[in-house]
Amino acid sequence: MSIVSEARPACGEGLAPKTVVFEPDRPLLTDGGGRIAPLAIAYETYGALNAARSNAILLCHALTGDQYAAGVHPVTGKPGWWEAMVGPGKPFDTDRYFLICSNVVGGCMGTTGPSSINPATGKAYGLDFPVVTIRDMVRAQAMLIDHFGIETLFCVAGGSMGGMQVLQWAASYPERVFSAMPIATAAKHTAQNIAFHEVGRQAVMADPDWRSGRYQEQGVRPEKGLAVARMSAHITYLSEAALQRKFGRKLQDRSAPTFSFDADFQVENYLRYQGLAFVERFDANSYLFVTRACDYFDLAADYGGSLAMAFKDTKTRFCVVSFTSDWLYPTSDSRAIVHALNAGGASVSFVEIESDKGHDAFLLHEPMFVATTRGFLNSAAAARGLAPNGNSK
Amino acid sequence: MNFTPAREAPEQSAQPLDQPRLDLAVIADMVASGARVLDVGCGDGALLQLLAQKKGVDGRGVELSQRGVNECVAKGLSVIQGDADTDLADYPDDGFDYVILSQTLQATRRPRAALANMLRIGRRAIVSFPNFGYWRVRTQLAVTGRMPVTGHLAYRWHDTPNIHLCTIRDFVELVDQLGARIERGVALDRSGAPIRFNAPWWVWNLFGEQAVFLLERGGGQR
Repeated sequence: MSIVSEARPACGEGLAPKTVVFEPDRPLLTDGGGRIAPLAIAYETYGALNAARSNAILLCHALTGDQYAAGVHPVTGKPGWWEAMVGPGKPFDTDRYFLICSNVVGGCMGTTGPSSINPATGKAYGLDFPVVTIRDMVRAQAMLIDHFGIETLFCVAGGSMGGMQVLQWAASYPERVFSAMPIATAAKHTAQNIAFHEVGRQAVMADPDWRSGRYQEQGVRPEKGLAVARMSAHITYLSEAALQRKFGRKLQDRSAPTFSFDADFQVENYLRYQGLAFVERFDANSYLFVTRACDYFDLAADYGGSLAMAFKDTKTRFCVVSFTSDWLYPTSDSRAIVHALNAGGASVSFVEIESDKGHDAFLLHEPMFVATTRGFLNSAAAARGLAPNGNSK
Repeated sequence: MNFTPAREAPEQSAQPLDQPRLDLAVIADMVASGARVLDVGCGDGALLQLLAQKKGVDGRGVELSQRGVNECVAKGLSVIQGDADTDLADYPDDGFDYVILSQTLQATRRPRAALANMLRIGRRAIVSFPNFGYWRVRTQLAVTGRMPVTGHLAYRWHDTPNIHLCTIRDFVELVDQLGARIERGVALDRSGAPIRFNAPWWVWNLFGEQAVFLLERGGGQR
């Protein structure tokens, strides 16, 4: 296929050595009527694809995640976002499975997004980038999976926005998804979810350096606004119990309040740090686009308002996971998914993991979560005929 | 052997989840090969595994305890965390051929609603429960004047999860009220051996320590 060229960084700052570029004769046509071409998809892989191409797992990253699920992140120098779960002997066992993780369309780690060059203008897209949806992200991923010559994914797994992609995969390509793990996620964004995202977007847009999204050309970055957006979002990823345990009312490097607006409290200092660290690695316009994609997500709406219809007659094996202290995508959201799957007659397991770490629990080493994931994947591997070494039996 | 307190937190459960249960083989015998089965209160999945091995069923489970669900998922069973009292309502009509409630009915808050839901979700329901009409239970109450505590009903009155105990006669009456039909019934004696089917009712109700019923939805229902 001449439509694909390998390893040519098409956007970003050449950070992603593994990139597939789909040339303009294979555009990504978006739900909103947009057209993205050329389309670069930056990805990472871990482990080896077996001869039968039957051991591939697609990991879908969350809102501000990227393709670096494991190993060392090239920008932050920190471990990949799912280091707790991905690696030799871990549930997503790199000795057994071929793991693929790609940066979502609209992102900023090498996949085409608002910071990429718009071929029509020669300048960064900015807000001219088409508003993308979760389904658009999944369409792009499907192009990548086609590129790898993989017919059926052994599993599609991810948490939060990644979990939305998992649900969309199962609904859009049921025959290509052998098993699915939607984790700490929801089939639609609630008013509260949209509200928090809107606060974040308004914080970005209120920064004078945002310049109506054209900050790149003008050599500035709306770092303050993006940092505030991250600070408010970060609170939603934690739980009150976790914040209280970690910080309480403890003061930062001082014994008494200063009666000023310094970061007297440790929790203030922590949030400021989170905001600053975030702007180092994330693009403000990308933040607008990925939050918008989540807001538009309502899987049932594409199926006449019935989530069960999205999964009708599916053969995919599902394992739905929620966490007790997650108030961003609470267990009730996962139960709605489970009910729909049950109504559709799907094979579904559902576990609510006891944790006080809030939404972020899915990124951490939670022993019950690890055991559940391992058990589910092992049984699915047995049903798929995958030997422990990843070969086809 | 105790009765599985399906609604009780598992970590404090008095019953080890891996203990084999006498009624499982009797239940398995009632299920047709290759059927679609929903096991409500499936514990560690022992019955689902037995049904998969012996009858090749397409099985699903509902279990309240996180420990039970995790064990089931680790075994490759499709089990969701849920409660017989609240979650059966969400299942569609006729989603399954059989809905099984094994040693759990007496621990539900609303046994009648649970049974009605089961017969809505599946054409057939299989229910096993401890018989409070068993002669040793009657004797304890009559002689000592206190709530019975037996090997099967091992809890004291104030800490038991078994809040809706019934006798075989009580159960048969409830089935009748729901317009369902008893297709098969087996009472198990103290040794776990089935009492012969053609024994009169009062014999069942007196000598059966537990009972297993295969019910079919009545034509008049729904």
